[in-house]
Amino acid sequence: MYKLGIDVGGTNTDAVIIDEEYNVIADIKNPTSDDIYSGIVGALKNVLDVSGIDKTKIGQAMLGTTQCTNAIVERKNLAKIGILRLGAPATRAVPPMVDWEEDIKEICVRKEIVRGGYEYDGREIAPLDEEACKEFFADMKAKGVNSIAISGAFSTVRNDQELRAAELCREVMGDDVHISISSEIGSMGLVERENATILNAALWQIAEKFTEGFAQSLADEGINNAKIYLSQNDGTLMTVEHARKYPILTVACGPTNSIRGASYLSKIENAIVIDVGGTTTDIGVIQNSFPRESSVAVTIGGVRTNFRMPDVVSIGLGGGSIVREKEDGTVTVGPDSVGYALTKKALVFGGDTMTATDIAVRLGMADIGDRSLVENIPQELAKKAIEAIRTMVEDAIDAMKLSSDDSDVILVGGGSVILPGKLEGASQTVKPDHFGCANAIGSAISKVSGTLEKLINYDDIPRDEAIKQAKEEAVKMAVEAGAVAETVEIIEVEDVPLQYYPGNTNRVKVKAAGELKA
Amino acid sequence: MRKIGIPEVEDIARGAALLGAGGGGDPYIGRLVAIGAIKECGPVTLLDPEEVPDDAFIVPFAMMGAPTVLCEKMVGGDEYKALFEIVANHTGKKVFATMPMEAGGLNSLFPVAAAARLGLPLIDCDSMGRAFPELQMATFTIGGISASPIALADEKGNTVIFDTITNKWSEELARAVTMSCGGSVAVTLYNVTGKQIKDYGVKGIVTRSQQLGAAMRNVKNVTDKTPEESFLEFSEGIKLFKGKIVDVLRETRGAFNFGKVVVEGIGECKGHSAFVEFQNENLSATVDGEIVATTPDLITLVDTETFNPVPTDALKYGKRVMIVGLKCFDMWRTPKGLELVGPRYFGIDTDYEPIETRSKGGWK
Repeated sequence: MYKLGIDVGGTNTDAVIIDEEYNVIADIKNPTSDDIYSGIVGALKNVLDVSGIDKTKIGQAMLGTTQCTNAIVERKNLAKIGILRLGAPATRAVPPMVDWEEDIKEICVRKEIVRGGYEYDGREIAPLDEEACKEFFADMKAKGVNSIAISGAFSTVRNDQELRAAELCREVMGDDVHISISSEIGSMGLVERENATILNAALWQIAEKFTEGFAQSLADEGINNAKIYLSQNDGTLMTVEHARKYPILTVACGPTNSIRGASYLSKIENAIVIDVGGTTTDIGVIQNSFPRESSVAVTIGGVRTNFRMPDVVSIGLGGGSIVREKEDGTVTVGPDSVGYALTKKALVFGGDTMTATDIAVRLGMADIGDRSLVENIPQELAKKAIEAIRTMVEDAIDAMKLSSDDSDVILVGGGSVILPGKLEGASQTVKPDHFGCANAIGSAISKVSGTLEKLINYDDIPRDEAIKQAKEEAVKMAVEAGAVAETVEIIEVEDVPLQYYPGNTNRVKVKAAGELKA
Repeated sequence: MRKIGIPEVEDIARGAALLGAGGGGDPYIGRLVAIGAIKECGPVTLLDPEEVPDDAFIVPFAMMGAPTVLCEKMVGGDEYKALFEIVANHTGKKVFATMPMEAGGLNSLFPVAAAARLGLPLIDCDSMGRAFPELQMATFTIGGISASPIALADEKGNTVIFDTITNKWSEELARAVTMSCGGSVAVTLYNVTGKQIKDYGVKGIVTRSQQLGAAMRNVKNVTDKTPEESFLEFSEGIKLFKGKIVDVLRETRGAFNFGKVVVEGIGECKGHSAFVEFQNENLSATVDGEIVATTPDLITLVDTETFNPVPTDALKYGKRVMIVGLKCFDMWRTPKGLELVGPRYFGIDTDYEPIETRSKGGWK
C-alpha cells in the first residue's frame, strides 16, 4: 500500500506518494487554485501519472495546509466574528484583542464582556447574564455575522456557562451559526485561550473550503480506498470532521511538516530549517531530529496563543511577495503576496505585478518564465529588493539561532530560489533532493495519536499509578487508531486539580502518538 | 527621576520573570495591564529612594493570590482607586507615591499600572528583591514595620481594611479574604515613610529588573562568549543543573500552587537527575539527592536556548531547562531574615547555607 501526502500552500499544491518503507515514489508541484479543489485535482492527476502506481493501492491520504496560517498572516478571507467573554466584573482591565495589531482587529464586529465566569473552585464569579448574551447574539445576527467566539474565566475548570451561552447563541442565531468555545480549544490562561478561539472562529470558511476540496478531489480521481486525514500542529493527524470544527489546530502544521520533512530528506539532525513558500517563509529549528518546541506562548501573525507548537518565526516573504518602490526610493518586499496567481500576475509570466520571483530572475538567480519581461526593472531597484529580502531572512535566522556561532541551514520549499546564496549566520546551506515538497513529505509521514482525557480521584488511585494507567491507555488508543506499537511515544501529559469535585479529583489528559501503519 | 514608558515596561517584564524565582506569575498579564494604563494615562515617573523626603507617606501595591488565578481573572480595573481611597480615609494622610512590594513576576508591573491610573510617582524600591509567597516575608518586617492597616479589594467591588497584631496575622487574614474572593485580590500594605524605605527597602530594584531584561534581550548578540556564559555572567547566576522535564506534580492548596518538577539530565548532566520543589516560588533544588540551593536564594528555571525564565505554572513535560541559582538580598541572610524566609519556615529540614558554598560553585 501507498501513502499520499498533499500540501496546499498559498501558491503551490504539492503531492508526494511514498511507499511503506517511506521511499519517495513521486513528487510534483501544481499551482494552487482559488477553489482549492482544482489545484488538488491537478496535483493528484500529475502525481498519479508520474508514479504510475495503481490508485486503488493508496491506503491513506494526508492533507497538510497553510491556508489557515496564510489567512491569519495576510489578514485575508477571515470571517467577520463576534466575541463574547463571560467574566465581568473580573477580567475587564484586559479586554479581548488588547495587544492585537490594528489590521487584524477589524475581523471583530463587536466584542463584549458580560457578567459571568467561574472562580478557580467552580463557583460563579457572577451568574451568566443571559439577557446580555441574547442581546449580543441578536445584534450579531442583525449585522450579518455568523461566527461567534465564546470564552469564559476558568472555563477549563468548568464550562457550563460557555455551553449555555452556545445554546443561547443557537436559539437566537439559528443552527447554522459557527460557534467556537474556548474550553474546547485552549488550555489555562484566558488571554491565550481566547485568542486561539477568536482565530478559530475567523477560519470556518477557509476550513470548509479546503476539507470539501480535498474529499471531492480524491473521490473524483477514483482514490476510493484511502482513509482521509489532516495534519495538525503537533505533527499528528485528525479527521475531516474534527478539522472543520477546529481549523485553528491546522495552524503551523506546515512548519511542523516541513521541518520533519526537511530532516527526513537531508538526514541532518541539527540545523535551522528555512521553508520559503509563495506567500510566507517559516524559519524553524530541527534539534536531534525533532522540531524545537516553542516555550510558553506562540504568536501567529502577531497573535499570542498557548498551543504546543514548533518554535517558528513566520515572515511575510515568498516567491509571490509583492515588491514596491516607495516615493523616497526605499523598496519593500511583502508581506502581501500574489499567492497562487503568481503564474498570471508576476512580470515574468506576462502579468503586471512585480514579485520577489521577478527580482530573482532579473538578477539571474533563477530561470523562471520569460526573462525578457523583467529586463526593464532597474538594476538598482532589484538590488535594493534583494537586500530587503536578505535583511528579513538574516534577522529571522538570528532570532532562531542557539548561539552566535553559525549553524547549518536546510533550505526547502519552492520559493527558496529568491534567497541570496550566502546568508549571514549560516555555516553551510543544504538543499536536499525533493526540497520543493518537504511539506507534503512531512504530511505523509505524520503520526497518528490517541488522547485520553478523564477525571480521576487521586484519593482512590494514587497519582503515579493513575498517570501510568492513563499513559498505557493513551498508547493503546494510538495503536487502535492505527499506530505501529513500537513507535508510540507519549507527547503530552497534563493534570488539572478540580476543586469543586469531591475528594482529590483531577482532569488527566495524556496524548500518545506513533507512526501510522501503512 | 526618570520616566517609565512602554519600552521600559517590556524590559522590566523580562527581568522580573527572572527575579520571580519561578513564581510571581508570568509577567505577561502584568505587562498588558501596565501597557494599557500607560497608553491611556501616559508614562509613570520613577523616583530614586534618595529623592523621596523622609516624612513622605508611601503606599505599596500588589496583587495577592495564585498566578494561575490571575491569568484567568486578571484585574477588573476599579480596584486601585477603591483601595487608595480607603487608605487615605482610614489614615487621614495624603499619599505621596506607590511602590512594588515584590519585584518578581507580575507584581513588578501592577504597581506601574496603579501609578499610571492614579497619577502617582513610583519608587525604585521593593521589600523583597525577588518574589515570595507570603506577605510578612518582607524586609520591612525585619525592620519592625507593621503591614497594617492592610486594605484589599476584589474585582467584584468588595473592599476591606483591617489591623492585625503581627504581620503573620496580616498574611493569615488577607489569605482568608483572598480565598473567599476567589483566589486573587488587589492589596495595599506596609504604608511606609521615606526614611523607612531608605533604611529597609531593596533599593534600585526596578532599575535592576530593567537592566536584567535588557541584557536578556541582547544575550545572543554577545560574540566573545557562549550565550550561556554571557547569561550567567550578567545575571551573576550559578548553574546548578541542565536537563529535560520528565514530570510536574502540582496541587493548588489554599491560594498557593504547590509542586515539584523532576528534571532528567541532558548534555554534561546526562545520567544525573534533579528536582525543584515550589510553593508559588521555587524553594529548593536537589541534584542527585543532595540539596544544592534553598530559599531565600533565588532558584530559577530558564529555557536552555532562549534563557527566558520558565515560571512554575508554565512547566511542561519535555521542556529543556537550566536550573540557575542567584544570591538573595543580604538582609535575608541575617537570623531575622532566615526566620521569615529560610528553608525551615517552608518545612525543608535543613539549615540555610549561602548558595555560593552550598552549591560548591555550581555544576562543573
